[in-house]
Amino acid sequence: MTAIPADAPAASAPAAVPGAPPPATVLADMWRGIGRENPVLVQFLGMCPTMAVTNMLANGIAMGVATTFVLVGSGLFVSLFRKYIPHEVRITSYILIIATFVTLADMLLAATFPAISKALGPFMPLIVANCLLLGRAEAFAAKVAVHRAVADGFGMGMGFTLSLSLLSALREILGRGTLLDHPLFGPRFEPWVFMVMPPGGFFALGVALLGLAAIIQSRRRRAGATR
Amino acid sequence: MTAPVHQHHHGAPVALTPGKATPTWKLLVTLALAGGLSGWMVVTVYQLTLPAVERYAAARADAAVREVLESPARWDTLYLHNGAIIAKAPAGVNPTELPAAYVGYDRSGTRVGVAVTAAEPGFQELLTLMIGFDPESGTLLGFKVLDQKETPGLGDKIELDSAFRNQFARKTPPLTGVKGRPGGTRSEVQTITGATISSRAVIRIINHAVAKWQPLLQAYERGRTP
Repeated sequence: MTAIPADAPAASAPAAVPGAPPPATVLADMWRGIGRENPVLVQFLGMCPTMAVTNMLANGIAMGVATTFVLVGSGLFVSLFRKYIPHEVRITSYILIIATFVTLADMLLAATFPAISKALGPFMPLIVANCLLLGRAEAFAAKVAVHRAVADGFGMGMGFTLSLSLLSALREILGRGTLLDHPLFGPRFEPWVFMVMPPGGFFALGVALLGLAAIIQSRRRRAGATR
Repeated sequence: MTAPVHQHHHGAPVALTPGKATPTWKLLVTLALAGGLSGWMVVTVYQLTLPAVERYAAARADAAVREVLESPARWDTLYLHNGAIIAKAPAGVNPTELPAAYVGYDRSGTRVGVAVTAAEPGFQELLTLMIGFDPESGTLLGFKVLDQKETPGLGDKIELDSAFRNQFARKTPPLTGVKGRPGGTRSEVQTITGATISSRAVIRIINHAVAKWQPLLQAYERGRTP
């Protein structure tokens, strides 16, 4: 791996960036959100949209893509203005930046995919309240250079999108017998309606976490055996 | 601010206290500039997307009228204002905000029916229907669900189950719902098994809408052709 200098003018910049993340390549910044620090399956952030919109694959993907747009946009702006935003008003400024990008995402979705926009309903504007966004702004974007903030936002967004896609595919297949509205089974298939109803979200998440834990455990065991 | 997880990688740990207090004017200027930039971005994108959003809303209403009135050759839009039906929205009133009735005509100019929208609570949230009927007799042409958040797999059959939807044509309100057997008379409709409340909500909305609009439309007709 080639190490990219964390922050080019690190010496000249005000050194008071406590808790700045260690230097890493752009690729590593991106991968973190998809794998090891996956927002949904590892950090348990953004549970409200995870439960609410994962009843259909199209909705899960749309929510994931919209959140990615907001993560990248707010990461870019927070990092770009990080040296000009006084410490006292930083949360206000971050929330304003996030709310702006959420509003843009909401309007763009309504103009391009009205049916999905309608299906997501109030959960689009509620991205503002997704703690993943303020979390990444405060813990990462405010402390690193623009390219790292954007890479992190994109990685976290992709991790979020992949998790939502996994859960919503599972729920749509079992709960409606379709995938992206294409029927998968014959007419004799009786959909397991429970899965597209709210409790199905908890059930699907539990099953996904169980599967993830099983994979991690078997990997650890194998790593131990080869040693 | 959260405690630093990693030791700062160059030099000694940095003190966590933020520097000297920032002057008030600087805080205000920062927030004012941020607000201005945010407002400018939102307004720009709003203006760019508005035409597409309006086009979509109009297309949706058009498709619903076409379906409920069985593809009329043309239709007129009437508005309900101050308890009376008028052909043109009064000055200063946005026509899209008034309740509307769409009067459809076939090729020969004969009226085929009127479509109105109506919304009332369903099983969980507001259920919005477009209802087509003959203003003379009150007999239904049919209805279309414009918006519903009924239980998936059960209540949403009011939209998806064509056997339920199709039985409304040629029935005359006030309708009554019957369980477990096909509706026999001209006012009976069979409710969906497992979705009785949603079915009854549809019946209630249709009954109320026809009872409300039929006399208004008849009064408008009488006023027009004395």
